[in-house]
Amino acid sequence: MTDNDKITEKQDAVAPAPEVETEEMALDDARRLKVLSPGMLVFKRFIRNRLAVIGLGILVVMFIFAFLGPFFSPYKQTQVFKGIGSMSKEYASATYNTELRYNVADGEAFGPGDRAQFLLAIGKNQSTFTSGANTFSISKESESTYRLLRLEPVAEELLGRVNPVNGATLSDALIEMYKKAKDNNQTSFVVDGVTYYLVPKLKATQISTAKDIALASLVVFDAYKPADTANVNSFAFKLGSIMAIIQDKKTFDVNGQVYKLVEEGGLSTIYNSAGEAYAEVSDIIVNPVDQANFLPVDFKRIIRETINNRQDRFTFKDETGTDVNYTIVRVNTIYNIKRDTPIELIRMYERPSLEHPLGLDNNGMDLMTRLMYGGRVSLLVGFVVIFLEVVIGVIVGGISGYFGGWVDTALMRFVDLFNSIPFYPMVLIFGSVMDALQVEPMVRIFLLMAVLGILGWTGVARVVRGQILSLREQDFLVATEATGIRTSRRIFRHLVPNVMPLLIVQATAGLGGVIISEATLGFLGLGVKYPLASWGSIINVASDAYVMTNYWFMWIPAGLLILLTVLGFNFVGDGLRDAFDPKMKR
Amino acid sequence: MRNFILRRLFLGIFITFFGAMVVYSVIRALPTSYVETIARQRATNPLSTKTYQEWLDQLNQVYGLDKGIIPGFVGWLGNAVRGDFGDSWHYGVPVIQKFNDVVWISFIMNIITLLVEVLIAIPLGIMAATKQYSRADYAITVFALMGISLPTFFLATILKYVFSIKLGWFDLYGLTGRFFSTMTPIQQFFDKAYHLVLPVFTLMMLSIGGLMRYTRTNMLEVLNSDYIRTARAKGLSENVVINKHAFRNTLIPLVSYLSYLLPSMFGGALITETLYQIPGIGFISYQAITRGDIPFAMFYTTFLIILTQVSLLVADIMYAVVDPRVRVN
Repeated sequence: MTDNDKITEKQDAVAPAPEVETEEMALDDARRLKVLSPGMLVFKRFIRNRLAVIGLGILVVMFIFAFLGPFFSPYKQTQVFKGIGSMSKEYASATYNTELRYNVADGEAFGPGDRAQFLLAIGKNQSTFTSGANTFSISKESESTYRLLRLEPVAEELLGRVNPVNGATLSDALIEMYKKAKDNNQTSFVVDGVTYYLVPKLKATQISTAKDIALASLVVFDAYKPADTANVNSFAFKLGSIMAIIQDKKTFDVNGQVYKLVEEGGLSTIYNSAGEAYAEVSDIIVNPVDQANFLPVDFKRIIRETINNRQDRFTFKDETGTDVNYTIVRVNTIYNIKRDTPIELIRMYERPSLEHPLGLDNNGMDLMTRLMYGGRVSLLVGFVVIFLEVVIGVIVGGISGYFGGWVDTALMRFVDLFNSIPFYPMVLIFGSVMDALQVEPMVRIFLLMAVLGILGWTGVARVVRGQILSLREQDFLVATEATGIRTSRRIFRHLVPNVMPLLIVQATAGLGGVIISEATLGFLGLGVKYPLASWGSIINVASDAYVMTNYWFMWIPAGLLILLTVLGFNFVGDGLRDAFDPKMKR
Repeated sequence: MRNFILRRLFLGIFITFFGAMVVYSVIRALPTSYVETIARQRATNPLSTKTYQEWLDQLNQVYGLDKGIIPGFVGWLGNAVRGDFGDSWHYGVPVIQKFNDVVWISFIMNIITLLVEVLIAIPLGIMAATKQYSRADYAITVFALMGISLPTFFLATILKYVFSIKLGWFDLYGLTGRFFSTMTPIQQFFDKAYHLVLPVFTLMMLSIGGLMRYTRTNMLEVLNSDYIRTARAKGLSENVVINKHAFRNTLIPLVSYLSYLLPSMFGGALITETLYQIPGIGFISYQAITRGDIPFAMFYTTFLIILTQVSLLVADIMYAVVDPRVRVN
């Protein structure tokens, strides 16, 4: 048996009755309440208020989110996220060739004057024309190709007599054939494989042989190897290949080299004897927009194919072997080839993803992180402003209530004065002034706090004054006066603790209002400025109807955070009011 | 009573004077880009014989901006008491005329809001009080607190998003629709009314919570008082107790509460009107203030100060009307 047991036994033995009584008392509410301190009482009442507890829970979550969240956020507040986007940039242009290109045989001349005469002649549908001392014959090989032959007179017929010119000898067969042709109104005849042309000249008719001088064609040649360009552009090669294309030949030879011709989709590719692609023949001209760019023949070919197939996009490998997308946009007769150039872009208004749970904002910053830092600013502004209000309010209200008399009257008129100043117009003016002075964002926050505090303290002052006025009449304060306690001690030991509950309630409920005011200013663009953020300034993007419509995730979360926080403060404030007010028995 | 009213009146004038002075001194810090713009325009006019600086000096003198704050204020006040508030810089018409054009739409909007609000909030507040701690009470309390906690701009934006964009029932902005000018007067009336639905709903949602809670608190206080216990003890029916004894006594604080709403009746709802771009006094003032229109901003703030003073006076008088005890003292 231990000592304790002994004592209990002894007590039991001595007085059994009181124990029964204490047990009864323990069940009694009144008796139990006596044991609790006033603070505990308030706490118990507060805890029993479901809404208040919910509010407290919301606030705890908000505080963790705003003040601890940034430590866990992998991003910085002003970190801008950039991505590689593609931008269509004009790279090349293509068009169907509508201008004849001339190729002149070696050692011959076909100058601008000759060309002008030639164009006039084809306009008039003539088969020969004269330019200077020379007479040319036009041989139309296809819709887009003309062979120009210079006529070299060998004879002249005048009144049925054929006379040789330039010391040529005329065979009988030639004269025979000429007469036949003349009778049949032909313009040319062939004798021994040589074509002779009849050109009327005044009353006489000239009989001429012809020599290939030039080629006029809409066709464009591109050599695969730059080294071959000279050969490809030579008169002989062009003549050979164009004639082969027109005559649908599979092979042709130029200067003893045999070339193979493959036609496909309106494009002709010429292979040399080794089987390598040698040249491209087409009627589409492709030019780079930037002359510094060299366009490879394959690239031109793919453009031509795409245009001929009436498609508007294609892919081509660049030098590094990666696929680059091109789009073709037609403007009148010109096809603009746009290259999708990779470019570094700010990822504005990106939708929520795993990486960024709430997406990216208008500056390409992580919205979740912005909300955390914005929450800090919003909550801090709220607390500092309320602190300011309470300090000013307690001083003014306390002095006014404690001293009374003319001091009270004067101070209360002062309160009335401040109370009458309209809040939003005044804050808007302050915001505009700060805009005009281009105050730094950080300084701006402090000024904002000061302005909000200065405009909002009157409520606290009134409440404090009223409370002190009523406390002054109460017995315990009369007693402190009677016992001669120092004024400062009376104020701080006896008055202030009694005003405290009311102040706490006032401050908690007021916090919500301050956060709303700050957010409203932020929304109007007169509050916290970039790069800093507050919840209000984050919602500011919604004042743009386009953003509001298309990017709901940009402004709804911030709005909900404000709503929940203010609701939390109001719930807690309400709960505290009920808990402090002994009249409200819950 | 007369002495009291006289004293209150005097106090109101005193506060208006100093309030306007405080506002004036802050407003003077506003950028005077308007004056500079006008001066530049006039200086570049080919007929102008004065330089930009001369024009600027002259304009500053006209608007009293070259003087110190106190002489400037005295100058402004001298004109203001004679009813001359100058021309609005932003709107280019006399301030009073602009005010007269726009104040009525704000007034109508607020009157409708107030009526709807009173009709909903007071019965609900009384119900919450009579059934304290019931489920209905909790629901009403939470609803009221939600209304108080909603920032205007968020509520308005949500409403616009849901009803204007998603459902397409209302226009996003403005007081009049697209074909307003071709409508008959009756259609115009309904068009305006239609455009006021969302703003009025926003205003109502924001203020209904406060009135509801105020009614509930005061009703609770009244219900806890001795004469209600007496009424019940007499065996009166609960209906009579609530509607006759309790509610009439709740009216006293309610009347004063409603008097305090007077400034917002004429002062307009700055934020709501701005968000819906309703051309009422709030929106017009917002534009004037943010653009540094000193005459209009001065007029608007002074007007609000006077309204506040009047509302305090009206509240006191109303107190006397509904509570005979006040009349005796």
